[in-house]
Amino acid sequence: MERLKPILTRIAQAIPVVVGVVVISFVLTRALPGDPAVFFAGAAADAASIEQVRSELGLDQPLPVQFLYYVQDLASGDLGNSVSTGQPVATDLARRLPASLELTLAALLLSCSIAVPLGVLAATRPGSWVDHVCRVLVTTGVSMPTFFTGILLIYVFYYLLGWAPSPLGRLDFMYIEPDRVTGFFLIDAALVGDWETWLAALKQLALPAITLALFTMAPIARMTRAAMLAALSSDFIRTARAAGLTRRKILYGYALRNALLPVVTTLGMVFSFTLGANVLVEKVFAWPGIGSYAVEALVASDYAAVQGFVLAMALLFVALNLVIDIAYAAIDPRIGFESQ
Amino acid sequence: MSTAAAAPAAPRQSTLGHIAYVLKDNPVTMLAFAMFAVIILTAFIGPLIAPYDPLASNAARALEAPSWDHWFGTDNLGRDVFSRVLVATRLDLTISVAAVALSFIAGSVLGAAAGYWGGWLDAALSRILDTIMAFPLFVLAMGIVAAMGNTIENIIYATAVINLPFYARLVRAEVNIRRNAGFAQAAKLSGNSDVRVLALHIFPNALPPMMVQISLNLGWAILNAAGLSFIGLGVRPPTPEWGIMVAEGANFIVSGEWWLAFFPGMALVLAVFTFNLLGDGLRDMVDPRRRT
Repeated sequence: MERLKPILTRIAQAIPVVVGVVVISFVLTRALPGDPAVFFAGAAADAASIEQVRSELGLDQPLPVQFLYYVQDLASGDLGNSVSTGQPVATDLARRLPASLELTLAALLLSCSIAVPLGVLAATRPGSWVDHVCRVLVTTGVSMPTFFTGILLIYVFYYLLGWAPSPLGRLDFMYIEPDRVTGFFLIDAALVGDWETWLAALKQLALPAITLALFTMAPIARMTRAAMLAALSSDFIRTARAAGLTRRKILYGYALRNALLPVVTTLGMVFSFTLGANVLVEKVFAWPGIGSYAVEALVASDYAAVQGFVLAMALLFVALNLVIDIAYAAIDPRIGFESQ
Repeated sequence: MSTAAAAPAAPRQSTLGHIAYVLKDNPVTMLAFAMFAVIILTAFIGPLIAPYDPLASNAARALEAPSWDHWFGTDNLGRDVFSRVLVATRLDLTISVAAVALSFIAGSVLGAAAGYWGGWLDAALSRILDTIMAFPLFVLAMGIVAAMGNTIENIIYATAVINLPFYARLVRAEVNIRRNAGFAQAAKLSGNSDVRVLALHIFPNALPPMMVQISLNLGWAILNAAGLSFIGLGVRPPTPEWGIMVAEGANFIVSGEWWLAFFPGMALVLAVFTFNLLGDGLRDMVDPRRRT
């Protein structure tokens, strides 16, 4: 029960943020150009039927009442209907979410597995060539627009070298999508043991995942380096050294474990960048995720879909930060939420 | 940059000396300043020195690879890519400078007021900033532009809104720790009004870290604006703009016409790289302890 209290406090702190997110997305929805009543009444409608549709949609009510309707719809999972697909936005988003998540998670895994060791190496040898490589990589990484990196990779690996398949979607048209269990092609294909499809899906995934990984490597490597430097200069490391522990034990057993905490926090921020960058990368690689869904909706002026996307992203992000903070408190009992 | 230019020579001699010392030690920062000067110059005189009209198409010479006539090649309508990249500098820089200036001003006023007076103002501002930060920022910018209409001004406003929290939080923290400092109380006792103490005595102390933030944010604002126009928001063709040129060039990359997307993309990378280096260099000057 003692451990539970700070977690409950943290969850309570997220409530005003969620309210704020809903209010902002309501304001964005109502600020949209065009009159939805005219749209839903259809092309042949006269003034009276438009008025009727308006009152059916609740648009003749004052704004606070409209807001209540909006919240009511949200609570039942209704984000409105997409004009271009004709489906409820929530259904569209749910159908396309696994594609985005597969890409994002693959990219984050890849970038962590490179950036964390790189940061550790740079911190243990400050001023060496590894440190310089790390610095150049970090500055270049934050300066490269993801959409440009993606295009460069396509040119080199698809056009020049021919290693990558054509950058169109999650699977080459020669293969049949694996039966949907999780929606992650790599997992679904592995579940039914279809390794040919698995390999094809991996090939499609490689370039977009590398593009995103290059972009996210910079902050992770930078944070790992800084946290490792701080940990290595602390008293408990000096004590461990004086006690004659092996270098390996000191580095990985004590320093890295302590340095990982701020890195986990940075991951939350990185995830936010990734969700934004996803939109651009999905457009470059014609990846059928929620990012390219939002871009298609923007081009078609399908505003309900765009706003549903924005709201879904924000709620996803709030939830993720909540999980990270709670995990953080669970890992490190010194962290109390009262001090924040 | 502006410190060096605007400083009166005599009393700031030591500051200038310090800047010169740091610069001598760090050739990368010097290079960043030089590149910054080139970018600013290009923004001003780009349209004058462009060898071709950036909008003039020439169907006879479409999709030509880089040559002596067309240094960066020509695009699918036979327009000169080099001229378009040069001319686009002004627009890209204008968008990011305007957006950063807006968020600097608004963030300074809000953050300073919240940090100085505290209370409900502080609480309300903090909640609003938390809410903005709760959105993935690029996605929020997309939503704002979609709701407000697809124009260049709205790209600027959207970029300003998503940058606002960084400035407001920085100023708030800097003002808050100096609210009851000796010099602030002395200024108050000698009859200065609250606003005057805040604006003339406390706020200037927040400027050095703000300069660093501005430089880093300029690069980020350019990336953001280019990203938005890459997905078809804001700038419309045929206006030359780096993001939209990369987007148009992307269609030709799979058939091997790399120069369409490569050169505007590299211009973008160069500009952002310069601002990031500049920000790191400024940080070294302002706060030697945070040197990494």
